[in-house]
Amino acid sequence: MQLTLLALILALLAVIGFMTGRSRAAASVGGRVAELHSVPSYHGVYVALWAGLPALLLFVAWTASEGWLVLQLVLSSLPERLTTGDGQSVALLKADILNIARGIATGREPDPLVQDAARRYAELRDLADWSLLAVGASLAVAGLGWGRHRIGPDLRARPAVERVVRVALVICSMVAILTTVGIVLSLLFEALRFFTVVSPLDFLFGTHWSPQMAMRADQVGSSGSFGAIPLFAGTLLITVIAMLVAVPVGLMAAIYMSEYAGRGVRTWLKPALEILAGIPTVVYGFFAALTMAPFVRSVGEALRLDVSSESALAAGIVMGVMIIPFVSSLSDDVINAVPQSLRDGSYGLGATKSETIKQVVLPAALPGIVAAVMLAVSRAIGETMIVTMASGLTANMTANPLQAVTTVTTQIATLLVGDQEFDSPKTLSAFGLGLVLFLVTLCLNMVALRVVRTYREKYD
Amino acid sequence: MTDLVEQDAAAVTPSPASFPGSHGPAKSRVRSEAFARRLRARHAAERRFRLAGAAAVALAALMLVVLLGSIVAKGSTAFWEARIRLEVTLDPAEVAERNYAPILRRALHAQFPQVTDRAGKRVLNDLLSSGAPYELEAMVAKNPALVGTTLTVWVRADDEIDQLVKGRYRRDLPESERGLSDAKIAAADALLASGALAQGFNTTLFTAGDSREPEQAGIGGAIVGSLLTLLVTMALSVPVGISAAVYLEEFAPKNRWTDLIEVNINNLAAVPSIIFGLLGLAVFLGFFGMPRSAPLVGGLVMALMTLPVIIISARVALKAVPPSIREAALGIGASPLQTVLHHVLPLAMPGILTGTIIGMARALGETAPLLMIGMVAFIVDVPHGLTDSATVLPVQIYMWADSPERAFTERTSAAILILLGILILLNGTAVILRKIFERRW
Repeated sequence: MQLTLLALILALLAVIGFMTGRSRAAASVGGRVAELHSVPSYHGVYVALWAGLPALLLFVAWTASEGWLVLQLVLSSLPERLTTGDGQSVALLKADILNIARGIATGREPDPLVQDAARRYAELRDLADWSLLAVGASLAVAGLGWGRHRIGPDLRARPAVERVVRVALVICSMVAILTTVGIVLSLLFEALRFFTVVSPLDFLFGTHWSPQMAMRADQVGSSGSFGAIPLFAGTLLITVIAMLVAVPVGLMAAIYMSEYAGRGVRTWLKPALEILAGIPTVVYGFFAALTMAPFVRSVGEALRLDVSSESALAAGIVMGVMIIPFVSSLSDDVINAVPQSLRDGSYGLGATKSETIKQVVLPAALPGIVAAVMLAVSRAIGETMIVTMASGLTANMTANPLQAVTTVTTQIATLLVGDQEFDSPKTLSAFGLGLVLFLVTLCLNMVALRVVRTYREKYD
Repeated sequence: MTDLVEQDAAAVTPSPASFPGSHGPAKSRVRSEAFARRLRARHAAERRFRLAGAAAVALAALMLVVLLGSIVAKGSTAFWEARIRLEVTLDPAEVAERNYAPILRRALHAQFPQVTDRAGKRVLNDLLSSGAPYELEAMVAKNPALVGTTLTVWVRADDEIDQLVKGRYRRDLPESERGLSDAKIAAADALLASGALAQGFNTTLFTAGDSREPEQAGIGGAIVGSLLTLLVTMALSVPVGISAAVYLEEFAPKNRWTDLIEVNINNLAAVPSIIFGLLGLAVFLGFFGMPRSAPLVGGLVMALMTLPVIIISARVALKAVPPSIREAALGIGASPLQTVLHHVLPLAMPGILTGTIIGMARALGETAPLLMIGMVAFIVDVPHGLTDSATVLPVQIYMWADSPERAFTERTSAAILILLGILILLNGTAVILRKIFERRW
């Protein structure tokens, strides 16, 4: 509530700042605007920035740290028997305080001390929010006054405003880097915690995957074994099947569309393929599970083969269909980038169209096509929903496409869906898998992007 | 290759004798037979290759037709639902106790006077949706004058009856394999024959939240959740994405640092979406302690995911604006920033808009990262704010796809149809915008 109020106040003050800045600038030269260094509206923005920006920065810093600070304050006032202990119990205590303060039922009768702490936490948060409102609003008013005071014919408002805008632009372009850093750090941090429990060698080269951890020491069959080779094998199997579908079909479709199809056909085919590309993966997953898998199974039964109801084949074929437009549009681009003079030279020697394509166009486009295929492979490896919905969860180490397999992404999804404690190796193993997935796709993408780049420069 | 082409040149010549300086007729005939054969083979290869290309395109198109066809076939019936007509008498005492189920049951039993045993009555009770009493309650709440009167109402039937009416149960199967008892079918048939069981437009599908009972489940909550999530995504990724594109395309010096940013953006565009979910889980939920299942977090994750798409397409659009425009603006004394804001950006806006719409469409269809941040929770209520628990349309589809009830298959397909409809609308808008604003310099 207070935060919304503050946002409103800031917006209002910024608007007021813009108006007064503009009118004051015009007034300072008696309406002869040409005598100003900058156009009046830049003066307006200048004042608005002074009014809004410092308060906004304070607001961001405050809200980012407030919850943590208040929680520490509350924790320090609690008796030591609650706050000392292993990391897990403290984390639980924190979660309890936060949940009670937010009014979420925790499912068990909480300690009166904890309830007390939660009440204090809520009060302190409220107090902090109100003081933020007061401090923020006064800062904004002060900024407004200061900016207004600075307005004059000689004020270099435009360069000042432009400096701020440029800094904002740079910050925006850094978000991409920050995202990557965030991904790497979060994966690495959690994965390292996992690797303190399970050795990386066991993880990468073990052949038994069964992430269920024993709840009790005497429990049977939940040893918690984290050998990821079956997952890698499953991922590989499905990727290979998908590529066997997507690469020939996608490539031939691209060749047909760029070399043979007339304008009229192209205008219809391209959007149709784009529709295929725009269908959400969950839809493909549903299709794979409910239409393709039974179909594969009944065909297999007609051939007297033993097909499991969730087969790698069904998931792989549907994933291949999903990737067709990806391969075809990328290949289409590189095929179109091959200069016409190469084709004309080939025709001039009497080669037929298909000979020209096979012996001139494709070799010239090969690096680009290879890059497209690599990007497609990286997509197939990273695809989650189709496999989750259509290929089951059994970690099978098999090369038989008629059996159910599981993949890295599927395991990540199933390990982290639902309620689970954050510290168990079972949960953390998902981050280990995520790290492997990220590194593999990163390498594929890097190489592919580099190939595309060097290749593009050839004909430019 | 070389000799092939040489021979062809001779083979194509129709009648060697008619050209001066050609080979002798006898020698040529011998060679031309071999050449003709080879040429036929080459032309056949040409035809085969072309056919393979056409077959590939046809296969892709066929898959599209099969995919859409199977979903339409499964889902189109979900837009209707079976309802049962009852003559209810609203006894004031029962209404006061909000005891609507017996009222409905009595009205239903009245239509089957021959059924007197408990088992038979239980079969009849099962014909009605467990949500039917609430429908009646809502009706009374809206119009309290109804209490004490007898009126005709249409209430929802149970999902099994709904599926039976739509012909999704095979009546020729033995009872044990069918999953629906003969007694229920007989009762439903009797109702059908008397016109007391009929299909009406399914408004529940659009307005209700999730439910364990298929006939009461709807995508209303998921649509609101999707909207809220998309709102957050758009509010963050569009301004940041455009700003980043403007900086990189118009102001950034060409050095290692900007090169790094560029490689980074291209890489991010190809990072598997589930990795973004892991990021959201570890950073937004784990580190910042934001609420689980909230559209706010979902929107944040989606914003990071769509950002590279928007940046890349915005850069392409900015690049397409010819340098002469910039030079003209700079020439009359505009600052570089004014040049961009007043001239380049407005001209690039249609292209940027197209990229943005495509990015939003992708965010709307994404599922995997949202599973990570807990948007798979079973949520009945329609969310009201950015921090409420919510789910989104693709995740709702995923959850329904897992449900064993037959009627959920139908509803999943219907939800997919609605999602695809929205996506085609979005992408269509992007295509039309591109067509309208397409400009050749």
